Amino acid sequence: MIKPFRDFFTHIGRYLMLMSRVFAPPEKKRMYYRQTLKEIEFLGINSMGIVAIISIFIGAVITIQTSYNTESPLYPSYLIGLAVRDILLLEFSSTIVALILAGKIGSNIASELGSMRITEQIDALEIMGVNSASYLIMPKIVAAVFFLPFLTIMSIFIGLTGGWLGGIATGVVSSSDYLYGIQYAFIPFYVTYTLIKAAIFGFIITSISAYRGYYSYGGALQVGKSSTRAVVESSIIILITNYILTQLLLT
Amino acid sequence: MIQVENIYKAFEHTEVLKDISVFFEEKKTNLIIGQSGSGKTVLLKCIIGLLNIDHGRILYDDIVFNKLSFKKKKEIRKNIGMVFQGGALFDSETVEQNVKFPLDMFTDMTDQEKHQRVNECLERVNILNANHLYPAEISGGMQKRVAIARAIVLNPKYLFFDEPISGLDPNSAIRIDRLIRELTRDFETTTIINTHDMNSVMEIGDKVIFLYDGQKWWEGSRHDILDTENQELNDFVFATNLAKTVRDLRKSGHST
Repeated sequence: MIKPFRDFFTHIGRYLMLMSRVFAPPEKKRMYYRQTLKEIEFLGINSMGIVAIISIFIGAVITIQTSYNTESPLYPSYLIGLAVRDILLLEFSSTIVALILAGKIGSNIASELGSMRITEQIDALEIMGVNSASYLIMPKIVAAVFFLPFLTIMSIFIGLTGGWLGGIATGVVSSSDYLYGIQYAFIPFYVTYTLIKAAIFGFIITSISAYRGYYSYGGALQVGKSSTRAVVESSIIILITNYILTQLLLT
Repeated sequence: MIQVENIYKAFEHTEVLKDISVFFEEKKTNLIIGQSGSGKTVLLKCIIGLLNIDHGRILYDDIVFNKLSFKKKKEIRKNIGMVFQGGALFDSETVEQNVKFPLDMFTDMTDQEKHQRVNECLERVNILNANHLYPAEISGGMQKRVAIARAIVLNPKYLFFDEPISGLDPNSAIRIDRLIRELTRDFETTTIINTHDMNSVMEIGDKVIFLYDGQKWWEGSRHDILDTENQELNDFVFATNLAKTVRDLRKSGHST
């Protein structure tokens, strides 16, 4: 009964200790800068495709579903645009995209660092006098924290475009009503809210996945397990954090 | 000068190193030998600080290394070159980038100077025209030599090798052994090698430390090994029929 609690607090302690090493001053800023650019390409730019595809179809599906659920003449059809906008802005483009990226980049980070651990590449860095935690993890966190908000913005625009195209193609809403709806009763703070969430989710995905990968041991099987744990744990923590942030920022 | 004093290391409830004290000879090749599970790798990892010891002292030039902060350990580690069993080359970087990495991280050399230094080191380990290949595209022996080039690129004072010839064919193994001996002589490094290969011991072992069941069981030069009366060392050294034949021939007065 006590063991799960002990393990939980052991992980929390090790995670915090790892983070204190991650944010230590870099040995050579130029190397870290170069590494960060690589990670932006690897974690961010390479995720643009999947985010775009998912966003465009989700935008279209939200439009169609909203129209079928609001068929009453009491609801003006421009509300479809409003619903698409708010769903994308408040939840889909930050939380759902973060969950998708937890699967894509989370497993990637955990397996990359796990493989480096079991093939002694991390030990090699340490022996050279490099702070391996900082050199390998900080650029990933920085890249995700800066790039996830950008992906979120991109997802919102592509999702709105998908909703518009889906609405016109199926005839459930006119172009002018949809465009009016997405501008109607717009609350600018929602953008701030979603960007804050995206940045925090970026930190959660990269730091938890990096923790799991960095402390991998054994062989390929354990690296696979670490990768799975990274995805599951970052997804759960994203959902809990989403609940807390919504309560804190929107109420 | 590297010295370990009365060190102990346990994992959970299993004691892996028990009261080990060794003085590693400066500018010589020091070999740690022993059967699998005798504690060789753990000892090496403790000396370089990858594992923390439970008790005792590890001294680098009279500085107690195991008591230093992470930041101060980093300063000493800049004088250390290490070649891991599998090479531990960075898979996502080319041969040249692997060797250049310590220069990028710790020097202010220009790109041209770095390129020149990398080529010098690669030539030194007989790797030619492989600068743009990735570790997965070269053989195991070449990977080991690239790892050696990376280890010597900053002219370290101490060189560590963990099973440097494991998994290599006999010719490649002999080439690596000779390279280690030459590097130790030319760069005047204090070299510590962890091995269970008796050819390496007889080829390059200036000082040999035999571990048995987590304890230092014997130490001496490679020449002393053949005449030792130590039963466990004899069992280890003369485990193969070839080695037994050599010993018997030697005892019967034949030249070996």
